[in-house]
Amino acid sequence: MTEMENIAIADQVDHSSHPNTFLTKYVWSQDHKVIAIQYSITAIAVGLIALVLSGIMRLQLGFPNEFSFIDPSSYLQFVTMHGMIMVIYLLTALLLGGFGNYLIPLMIGARDMVFPYLNMLSYWTYLLSVLVLISSFFVSGGPTGAGWTLYPPQAILSGTPGADAGILLMLISLAIFIVAFTMGGLNYVSTILQARAKGMTLMRMPLTIWGIFVATILGLLAFPALLVSAIMMIFDKVVGTSFFMPAILSLGETLDHSGGSPILFQHLFWFFGHPEVYIVALPAFGMVSDVIAVHARKNIFGYRMMVWAIVAIGGLSFVVWAHHMYVSGMNPYFGFFFATTTLIIAIPTALKVYNWLLTLWRGNIHLTVPMLFAIGFIFTFTHGGLTGLMLGNVVIDLPLSDTFFVVAHFHMVMGVSPVMVLFAAIYHWFPLLTGRFLNNTLGKFHFWGTFLGTYAIYLPMHYLGFLGVPRRYFAMGETDFIPESAQTLNAGITVSAIIVGLVQLVFIANLIWSSFKGKKSGRNPWQATSLEWQTAQFPPGHGNWGKHVPQVHRWAYDFSVPQVIDDFIPQNVSPAEVEYLSSEQNNSREEK
Amino acid sequence: MTIAIVIILLVIATLIFHFISPWWFTPLASNWQAIDDTINITLWVVGIVFVAVSLFLAFVIFKYRYNKDRRSDFEPENSKLEGWLTLITTLGVAAMLTPGLFVWAEFISVPENSEIVEVVGQQWHWSYRLPGKDGKLGKTAIKIISEDNPFGIDINDINGADDLLVKSNELHLLIDQPVKVLLRSKDVLHNFAVPQFRVKMDLVPGAITFVWFTPTKLGRYELLCEELCGIAHFTMRGYIKVDTASDYQTWLASLPTFAQTLTRDPINLAQGKQHYTGCISCHGIDGQGNEAMNAPQLAGLSRWYLQRQLNYFKQKIRGQNSNDTYGQQMSAMSALLPDGKAVEDVSAYLNSLPSSQNTLINKGDVIKGKRLYKNCSYCHGDDAQGNYAMNAPKLAGQHAWYLKRQIGSYQQGIRGVHPNDLYGKQMILMSKILHDERAVDDVVSYINSLTNVR
Repeated sequence: MTEMENIAIADQVDHSSHPNTFLTKYVWSQDHKVIAIQYSITAIAVGLIALVLSGIMRLQLGFPNEFSFIDPSSYLQFVTMHGMIMVIYLLTALLLGGFGNYLIPLMIGARDMVFPYLNMLSYWTYLLSVLVLISSFFVSGGPTGAGWTLYPPQAILSGTPGADAGILLMLISLAIFIVAFTMGGLNYVSTILQARAKGMTLMRMPLTIWGIFVATILGLLAFPALLVSAIMMIFDKVVGTSFFMPAILSLGETLDHSGGSPILFQHLFWFFGHPEVYIVALPAFGMVSDVIAVHARKNIFGYRMMVWAIVAIGGLSFVVWAHHMYVSGMNPYFGFFFATTTLIIAIPTALKVYNWLLTLWRGNIHLTVPMLFAIGFIFTFTHGGLTGLMLGNVVIDLPLSDTFFVVAHFHMVMGVSPVMVLFAAIYHWFPLLTGRFLNNTLGKFHFWGTFLGTYAIYLPMHYLGFLGVPRRYFAMGETDFIPESAQTLNAGITVSAIIVGLVQLVFIANLIWSSFKGKKSGRNPWQATSLEWQTAQFPPGHGNWGKHVPQVHRWAYDFSVPQVIDDFIPQNVSPAEVEYLSSEQNNSREEK
Repeated sequence: MTIAIVIILLVIATLIFHFISPWWFTPLASNWQAIDDTINITLWVVGIVFVAVSLFLAFVIFKYRYNKDRRSDFEPENSKLEGWLTLITTLGVAAMLTPGLFVWAEFISVPENSEIVEVVGQQWHWSYRLPGKDGKLGKTAIKIISEDNPFGIDINDINGADDLLVKSNELHLLIDQPVKVLLRSKDVLHNFAVPQFRVKMDLVPGAITFVWFTPTKLGRYELLCEELCGIAHFTMRGYIKVDTASDYQTWLASLPTFAQTLTRDPINLAQGKQHYTGCISCHGIDGQGNEAMNAPQLAGLSRWYLQRQLNYFKQKIRGQNSNDTYGQQMSAMSALLPDGKAVEDVSAYLNSLPSSQNTLINKGDVIKGKRLYKNCSYCHGDDAQGNYAMNAPKLAGQHAWYLKRQIGSYQQGIRGVHPNDLYGKQMILMSKILHDERAVDDVVSYINSLTNVR
């Protein structure tokens, strides 16, 4: 037996055949990096549609009855499609399909995903789900207007816009998306567990990978609940079963259903829906941790605590779902349990915030664009997390549930905050993709516009909720308890929203321009320690590592290690390669 | 550097906004002071944490901003510090949760002396039922809901006969009397929410849910549906009027029992025809209407709609606005009908007449009108045939000029503003989706194009 046969495949010299036609390189590609870009471009494109939809909604809320192309039907359809696209087809797809795909093999030192073909299939299936979703804009009756939660019975009854083709296409699209996610997700988990480079123990993985890893597991466990509820609802609609349909009327007509439970759907939906919040949040937590560490030149504070917090949040996220249902009419005793679990989840979450702050503490903070977005994230996430403590505390939810307070809260915590991290991540990892920086001036403009603009949208919106303005209302009309000034406030929010929307165009322009004309970054421009920056070829080529996969000797956070010359030690640098200061140099440094 | 200053400014701006904001909870009108107290405690805790964390963030950014001569500290962990932070956070969370759970325990224990009232939701109206003298509500079922039995009460259940029915969107409650509100939906999910009472709960078809409170302040409060229930969700409003004991008794006495609604005097068409003679000069001998007299077509309209409108004219709910000359005329003329029986008979008589040719509109785009009418069709029907269950009158066959004038009256707040015009507010909200005269012409021309069905 030669020695070669005992070496794991991942560690062997690269024998993989490289694709050489345009089609196999960029279209039917099995390279995780290309698939990641395909995922990202599709997600961002569909996200822009959702952004436009939100702008239209805001026009109606800010200036009711001024725009004749918005009527109550289309308003609800825009609300629904905006929500679903943003949560599922943008955030989930971009964070896991995009960043997960790109970063997992590179950060753990693998040549690719363990199932490259399945990975390719995952993207094309995702694209199909997007196309099915978008097609619902063009069918008779238009897309569903049931709200992104798709609650039956109304989602499939004729009092709701898009209750025929629209809702079916939505449910079918979700089912296809879940198939795509499952293919991708099994791949991510298997790759992280099986294909790590030698020396990359689980407790040496960058937090980005931990976040993506746990989020993917959550997705694999949570999405099936959505899948079955989608299939059950399709049956209720098409075959006439009564999973979610009790004996009811529809616009005065008695229907042929009986015995079903609308609340059952809500349990299934939120059993998926709450973990979904963390499917989005955990990768964001991970990525922001790495951005902060690199740009503050400091090790992440309390790495082990950060890992366990991610795992604890992931686990707890499965036992808090009914806090979305405090006023749903479920057994009221559930309120005690779910309020308690919900507030418990605040503890690991708060610890993560402390640890980000303590990472910055005594750091050497470079206020680069990624760092600005990361700081913006800490601020908005703190704000959104704290209002979550209010809504989670069951009695406070009584007046605030179903009002604009809820809208403001979840946009702050799961809209603005993850998006801040996405931007931080895009500015941070863009050089790895292209070898170029994104333009710094445009980046700063983008940051200030987005950060201040979104705060101007969502801070005042909480106060409409305190007042009691309900969400999902096409118009308030004249109502005794709402002063006219609330309309002025709404108009102000709309103006901010339009500005924030326009600022994103600057970002898109920056992405395109910098891809071709951006300043050359050179290798590892941020002087990061994690493996993705240490590839032989830069930007990394097919197979990632050239001849030899790296060997890992340390965690990902050896920044500013005392007595070491450089202020960072990449993970693949062996102890023997580290260069230390002489004792005189060290003394002079300590005097400073 | 700038970011540190901006964060400090944002904290200050947030605090200023919070304290000067005129947008705040409506004055409490129920017993749920405890909910407000819990909110206040929580706001203080989260407010302090927000200010502390943000200011610390700003301080750290300022203090440890990049300096090429400095190196970051290297401190991977500090288990003592992490332990303390965990402990303090846990205590803070417990301090917020505990009072919350105690109040929740109160919220789910209904006092023994509560009165029962049932709130029924349907797309997009509210109605109410009280248990009557026996204190018990009769059983209900969806399958037996009909025009004569809109609540779907089981006729064989003896508890149901004396149930008091409120087929209106306004419910009265007695001040300082705890009330257990049973919530029932006929169709989809709805939500019973009165901001001033603080509490809310979903209405779930197939189940009875509940919420309890004690109204503590006289007044009339808006009831909102706060669970998305379809296209006209935003128009699903009602009112809760909190009464003194004597007002409440008067109101109770005005309510029919279920048994009374089932036994009505037989309709007398001849009598109705007799009553109609006074109306002929304007509305025409066949009820066909007359543009010169500004009189709409009445023939073939449904009984319930005619009755409701005649009663509105009689009770000075409709036709009172000074800009509504024709309404004022009608209000005066309605006095010719001496009583409710006369209103019933004349309505039935008009309903029995075949509708005649209506005047059409000569402008307007039918295709655009069809798109706009989609919003109306949920209640008024695809063929504008009207729908009793939605309280929506028939529109097909009505004269174009009359439809146009009524839409205009709703838009300008001439019709539908009276607090007792139950479904007027809904039409005011809905009519505003027609942005200009052209849109009104379009939709009226589409309604004209529909076959005149009975």
